[in-house]
Amino acid sequence: MKHLLEVKNLETRFYMQDGVVKAVNNVSYTMDRGEILGVVGESGCGKSVHALSMMQLIPYPPGKITNGEVWLDGQDLLTLSEEEMQKVRGREIAMIFQDPMTSLNPVYTVGFQIMEALLLHNNMSRREARDRAGELLELVGIPGAKDRLDDYPHQFSGGMRQRAMIAMGLSCEPKLLIADEPTTALDVTIQAQIIDLVKKLQDELGMAIMWITHDLGVVAELAHTINVMYAGSIVETGKIHNIYKDTKHPYTIGLLGSLPRLDDAPGTELVSIPGLPPDLLALPEGCPFAARCVYRIDKCLAEKPPLVEINGKDHAVACWRWEEIAGMGSR
Amino acid sequence: MTRYIIRRIISVIPTLIGVTFVIFMFQRLIPGDPAIAMLGEHATEDSINRIREQFGLNRPLFLDREALATGDLSGFFDSQYVNYMERLSHLDLGESIHRRIPVLETLKLRFPATVELSLLSMIIAILIGIPVGIISASRRNSLIDSVSMVGSLIGVSMPIFWLGLMEIMLLAVILKWLPAGGRLSTGFEINGITHLYLVDSLLNGDLAGFKDALSHIIMPAVALATIPMGIIARMTRSSMLDVLQEDYIRTARAKGLGGRLVLFRHALKNAALPVVTIIGLQAGTLLAGAVLTETIFSWPGIGRWVYDAILGRDYPIVQGGTLLIALIFVAVNLIVDILYALLDPRIRYK
Repeated sequence: MKHLLEVKNLETRFYMQDGVVKAVNNVSYTMDRGEILGVVGESGCGKSVHALSMMQLIPYPPGKITNGEVWLDGQDLLTLSEEEMQKVRGREIAMIFQDPMTSLNPVYTVGFQIMEALLLHNNMSRREARDRAGELLELVGIPGAKDRLDDYPHQFSGGMRQRAMIAMGLSCEPKLLIADEPTTALDVTIQAQIIDLVKKLQDELGMAIMWITHDLGVVAELAHTINVMYAGSIVETGKIHNIYKDTKHPYTIGLLGSLPRLDDAPGTELVSIPGLPPDLLALPEGCPFAARCVYRIDKCLAEKPPLVEINGKDHAVACWRWEEIAGMGSR
Repeated sequence: MTRYIIRRIISVIPTLIGVTFVIFMFQRLIPGDPAIAMLGEHATEDSINRIREQFGLNRPLFLDREALATGDLSGFFDSQYVNYMERLSHLDLGESIHRRIPVLETLKLRFPATVELSLLSMIIAILIGIPVGIISASRRNSLIDSVSMVGSLIGVSMPIFWLGLMEIMLLAVILKWLPAGGRLSTGFEINGITHLYLVDSLLNGDLAGFKDALSHIIMPAVALATIPMGIIARMTRSSMLDVLQEDYIRTARAKGLGGRLVLFRHALKNAALPVVTIIGLQAGTLLAGAVLTETIFSWPGIGRWVYDAILGRDYPIVQGGTLLIALIFVAVNLIVDILYALLDPRIRYK
């Protein structure tokens, strides 16, 4: 079957006064219908920027997509005009954002903001759109949904606002929902509720979800596949059990090692990755992780390793020494 | 919402009482005596005292302590301020000391002229300032942006009297397109309910009158509008730029809304709050600027009239005129507060 989404060699640059920021570098991957993909990496690794690039929501200037193709259902989004892209946004791909406190417009009612996309894409009357907005709020678990349509965002709690954002994202039944760190700004208990909600909605509606996060714990609960990003590139990708049980890339190993676990003996120290990610203004010639890597050899500094398929598995890694690292499964 | 508005209206009352007190006190702190200003330096003690008595200027300013000592309670309260407030409570603003005309009568004649001038200036400033600010913000750092921001900076820094004089020189003296001053040419008469000539002439269907009134008002109105226009344009731009950075703008774009909808629906309403505040504050500046403009263009409004009264120590006129200006200022800011609540739901529920 054809993939729902195929990203090929995506490259995004920011032209700043003190140089060119290489935010997304040669990113390629595919997503299938109904798949939940976790995009993992630390702040500034390009995970959000790559999603915004697909939506063509990069602020230009200074941002610019300099290369690549983003095929959604047989259509290359990067060749579309702004008007054509507006028909894709909200209808084919919807996006929800990190901070539900600031992502809703404070001067419009929650109901109106949900209705907006419906009125725009679905040719509905206001009456129908309002009814649908009520159903959507109910679907995302807002108690007394229909009576809350005329509430303003400040009358909603943080968790409820994120539910409203999800309702907004799902309103036109998109094929792909991009969730950009949607639980980061929420309490842990609310986080768990939102994750359960998304799981449930995905079961019911069957859309594909791209879940961008720095939280490996969240991804483990939710995702089918994972892209691990570092310094604007994908360093490891594959089915979730492959990534967690047969970790190949030293960076992923470091990430997993830095997770605290309940069954750790008291006093166990958390492992941290020494050093800092490279400056995207001056990316090194070779592997971007080389400077922090304990497995580094000369070749790593000279030449950037390509993403190579690990035979017979849904698993690929960008490391010269992955074969030697084999077996370094997480704890 | 209604409760909010009622609360705001009630809170205006103490402000206005404070205003009467401050105007009253400061005016009397300035050296000078209306009786002497009226009779001249060589007036006899006797005639000066007579005038002072006639206008109650011989009474103490606030309260008579001597009368209290003798147990005379009504004498205790027989002071200039208490008497003034007592008259004010039935809308009696007193008589002009110099001309013996009731202040209220002159106000009724002159006030509409100032209102018409200020309103038109404000309309010009808003109709040009806001669109310029929006365009500049949406095309940040473009040529249009630079030109309009330099233009508005010049507008803000332009002295009104100089601009007024330049207008008169160019348009009235050299080109002879517009009359140099006044509100209406001789031979024209416009009557109506609003006393605003532009409005009344239109209501009467008097096109010639409208044209004449417009030709008189346009120069002072433009001169008066320049500063608020520049300030409004700059404020709109910076407020829009702030708002365009907000997360909810990205949300709106991610929903598939087009640039214009994002700009006018999602950004403008949020950006309007500081702009509305500035417009309210500018109303005060406008009334102050009206004094200069009215002087240059011999506009028969209250600005020039109050200015002359200050020089002549004509207390009732100064009190009446400034109180009215204060009232307008307070009223405009009341409207601003109500607009605020209409624009931003978060204010309504506080």
